[in-house]
Amino acid sequence: MKEFLVRVLIEPKPELLDPQGQAVERALVELGLRNLSGTRVGKLVKFKLKAISAGQARERVTEIAQKFLANPVIERFSVEVEEL
Amino acid sequence: MRAAVVVFPGSNCDHDTYYVLRDLLEIETDLLWYRETNLDRYDLIVLPGGFSYGDYLRAGAIARFAPVVQALPEYIAKQRGIVLGICNGFQILTEAGLLPGALTKNLTRSLSVNGEGQGEVGTGEVRFICKTVKLRVENNATPLTQLFEYGQIIELPIAHGEGRYLAPPETLESLKRNRQILLTYYGENPNGSMENIAAIMDETGTVFGMMPHPERNSEKIFGTGDGLKIFQALVRALYPSPLCSPLPRRGEGTGVRVKRQEL
Repeated sequence: MKEFLVRVLIEPKPELLDPQGQAVERALVELGLRNLSGTRVGKLVKFKLKAISAGQARERVTEIAQKFLANPVIERFSVEVEEL
Repeated sequence: MRAAVVVFPGSNCDHDTYYVLRDLLEIETDLLWYRETNLDRYDLIVLPGGFSYGDYLRAGAIARFAPVVQALPEYIAKQRGIVLGICNGFQILTEAGLLPGALTKNLTRSLSVNGEGQGEVGTGEVRFICKTVKLRVENNATPLTQLFEYGQIIELPIAHGEGRYLAPPETLESLKRNRQILLTYYGENPNGSMENIAAIMDETGTVFGMMPHPERNSEKIFGTGDGLKIFQALVRALYPSPLCSPLPRRGEGTGVRVKRQEL
């Protein structure tokens, strides 16, 4: 078994309004960050996982992310797997 | 009849709900620990408000895997009784897929309109909202709303940060078509909910979710007392006494199917 570092990045679906992103964007502008647009706030879930292969790790994580880490009604996610 | 109020780690409206059922309505009620899976003895199961698991990840996202919630699909499938999710309970039921849609972070647009809030005026604010709101009864032929008139305006408190109801267009269409939208925000939409949705039910008419807190307005000292009628309606649906009129039926052969107990 190898050990992998897994990162699951969860973000609001692009077609949905993200009020959190909007609020953060307004504050960023007020703090002086000019020419800013499209701020979205998501989540990063990071963990180590032992698996036979990167493919197997990705498959298991994707399955559980669909069920638990992301809510498919409002969010999409991507999975990154890196061998340690 | 016997009711259960589920206690998750982080529930905080459990005792208020328990008080209304047990003390005001004199229903045999248990506070049910979230690890319980034997639900058959209960005619009514309430998932109360609060912050189960600290609202970590998303409100309700972790609680939906709690043993008691995992036992709900079977309870619902056999039409054993009624399930009501209030606030965090509603969030748990949507996360579990037992009610359609999702409850997302509030979007307050009313600040600039009524000048009520202390926050900055903007296009939208993300904030926790705690206040009494007006609600319109959109369907009064259900176990939850049968003691109200159709179109009646009632008052209940809301207290949530993630209450903006959101669903894909086809889901909203089917909710409307099947008259599953029970209460809508009236006058102003406090959280940006689609279709002003505050309360819905599932297709079987036995699973209910509402963001407002009926248990916080069940006595006149807390306002209109409208909340008590919600619980009374459920009790009547489950336990009709000779003094109660029959359960109202929905039209077009989509009658609410609720298992009734014999007296």
